[in-house]
Amino acid sequence: MPLVLTEEQELLREQARGFLDDEAPLAALRKLRDANNATGFSRDLWKEMAELGWAGILVEEKFGGADFGFVGAGVLAEEMGRTLSASPFLSTSILAATALRKFATAAHKEEHLPRISAGDLVMALAVDEGSKHGPAKTALKAEKSGNAFKLSGSKSFVADGHVADKVIVAARSAGAPGETEGLTLFLVDAVAKGLRRERTMMVDSRNAARLEFDNVEATGDAVIGEVNGGYQALEGVLSAGRAGLAAEMSGAAQQAFKMTVDYLKVRKQFGKPVGSFQALQHRAAHLYTEIELMKSVVLKALQDLDENFGMAAVTCSLAKAKAGEVAKLASQEAVQMHGGIGMTDEFDIGFYMKRIRVAQEMFGDFAFHADRIARLRGY
Amino acid sequence: MSNLEEFRAETRRWLEANCPREMREDLRGEEDICWGGRNWKFKSEAQKLWLERMAAKGWTTPAWPKGYGGGGLSKEETKVLKSEMRRINARSPLESFGIWMLGPALLKYGTHEQKAHFLPAIVRGEIRWCQGYSEPNAGSDLASLATKCEDKGEHWLVTGQKIWTSYADESDWIFCLVRTDPKATKHNGISFLLFDMASPGVSTKPIKLISGKSPFCETFFDNVEVPKIHGDGVSAIVGEPNRGWDVAKYLLTHEREMIGGGGGGLMAGRGIGEVAVGDIGLEDGKLADPMLRAKITAAEIDGWAFLLTLERMKDEAKAGQGVGANSSMLKYYGTEMNKRRYELMMDSGGSDALEWEGKRSNDGKLAKMWLRTKANSIEGGTSEIQLNIIAKRILELPDA
Repeated sequence: MPLVLTEEQELLREQARGFLDDEAPLAALRKLRDANNATGFSRDLWKEMAELGWAGILVEEKFGGADFGFVGAGVLAEEMGRTLSASPFLSTSILAATALRKFATAAHKEEHLPRISAGDLVMALAVDEGSKHGPAKTALKAEKSGNAFKLSGSKSFVADGHVADKVIVAARSAGAPGETEGLTLFLVDAVAKGLRRERTMMVDSRNAARLEFDNVEATGDAVIGEVNGGYQALEGVLSAGRAGLAAEMSGAAQQAFKMTVDYLKVRKQFGKPVGSFQALQHRAAHLYTEIELMKSVVLKALQDLDENFGMAAVTCSLAKAKAGEVAKLASQEAVQMHGGIGMTDEFDIGFYMKRIRVAQEMFGDFAFHADRIARLRGY
Repeated sequence: MSNLEEFRAETRRWLEANCPREMREDLRGEEDICWGGRNWKFKSEAQKLWLERMAAKGWTTPAWPKGYGGGGLSKEETKVLKSEMRRINARSPLESFGIWMLGPALLKYGTHEQKAHFLPAIVRGEIRWCQGYSEPNAGSDLASLATKCEDKGEHWLVTGQKIWTSYADESDWIFCLVRTDPKATKHNGISFLLFDMASPGVSTKPIKLISGKSPFCETFFDNVEVPKIHGDGVSAIVGEPNRGWDVAKYLLTHEREMIGGGGGGLMAGRGIGEVAVGDIGLEDGKLADPMLRAKITAAEIDGWAFLLTLERMKDEAKAGQGVGANSSMLKYYGTEMNKRRYELMMDSGGSDALEWEGKRSNDGKLAKMWLRTKANSIEGGTSEIQLNIIAKRILELPDA
């Protein structure tokens, strides 16, 4: 498949850009933050996005979705990255929709996917327990009790976990932390008995949650994928999430870069635009090159998810690793090249640096994915 | 069967019957490359036969028009031919600056007479060309070149000096940038001149490089008389007189793409990680040197991303999108990447990689290649020049 967008995907991009510029520009995120909004996003806006088909972008048409594939989802994530629009798109429309569509029972699909498409159901994925990503490290216990399981333990950095209606949680039903065998994914109600959640407002003004499970009951029906064999499903879902985050970072980095280059052309010092100085030109040109590389790996990962979902893990790791590094560079250069104004809260560029830092960490930073790639390549 | 499949089957049969066994073995080194030219001494009968057979079909330049000796193949057919050649590990029958650089420039800017006169000799490997661009005082600032070219009525009179002329001492003809109008602004007085290196007054002197090799020369022109017309109405100047800079720039784009493409080699064949495992070994399934492992992984990630970018640029060009100045980006990143790759292989090889002579190191092959890569980010426009071009043409940042 050629590494370019199809006409349909280009149209989606145009539509998304127009809508987000009008309805969810960066000022909207600033407003949510300044109001200390407890939800962290606008439910009305999410409903409108659902009407455009975005909430169900990965959902089959028979469940009310747009069925646009991962490249389509990535296009939306990238555009949301440009405007830093807050919504449960990643948690619900990428992570949960992928988990349900690819690994859940027919009953789960019929029950949840239409509500996701309609924007009526917010879901979250709970994986990590420590401060660094590591799905195999999962320790949250799932103990068999009759036909059901009892879940005990804690989760952190659960995006939108503070407002989700349902949570997909990775639990250890066998083996020991560090092993990929013995994991099971459960779909639990966010208001289930014994589940306590704490909103954790993050540096990027978006929300995550810490979840405490104290003998939370999950029936056998609540399992997504296979009992003790949940790692494979989890990896599939995480691959989609990583590619989605990479796309979002790509959009954020491109926007930060554009703002910076525009600024270099107008800001004058020593009687000249600062963009005429070679010290800055070379750094900007280098960054341009890195951004082009990032765009290539992101598109490749998304295409791989569409074409061969089971084999996409490596390029999704590649995309997450590379996009994280490039977006970080873009945000750092953006602040530095803006000078003092880049440090002010009033100016927007700082929001990009903050969001990129969070997206970079989520579901594995550069070191995590570089290590995976090295292992997969035999060294 | 589609036409393309038919073409593949035919090509496969033809290659099977016509590519000598010896030409299907890996190159042992640069000495196995066939450059052609008037003074070329074939390394073997097989090398000669292979060139003659491929040239007769025009397949040394498969995409060039048939009328000028090329193969007349479409892009798709050219791809098929290349993949079929790779399938049997066939060597390239001919490499030359004529194929890579002058040919594309002539196809775009040359007259019919120039094409008909020069291109077939390039296809057959009869004339070996060199490139007269850089001068001692015109490197990165190429357009400040000063080699004088005076109009003497019947002929041009060329006086001056070129430097970094690749293989000038082995070449038959030169495509050369000369100043035909010293009064015009620097970009507007340059012409693109073709002449015979055997002309009286031309002399060359190889420059020994840090790698111990001498691929480059100093080239001197002492009152060289260049006929204005070579044979039947073939002008010695390509394009308009004093408009040679346009031709020069176009040709540089081809050169950059060629040099930059080398960085893609990072993921081709044996990766650095694989090389390092051979050198250092594994411990608990990981390269035994964890710090080197981290550096190699970072480089392989960038190399892979670069390769995908080459692919994307090709796909965009096919779809009619893309930016022309992107060749600067590919040249910049590809050459820096290649240097990084060799630095890591030197790190991995340790003291073994430092041996300069003897069988064990294949006469210092790795060390010499490592040193050679240092020129990648200088030749064809330095990395800094490429960054200037990106800043100016793509980002449209203001001039200093």
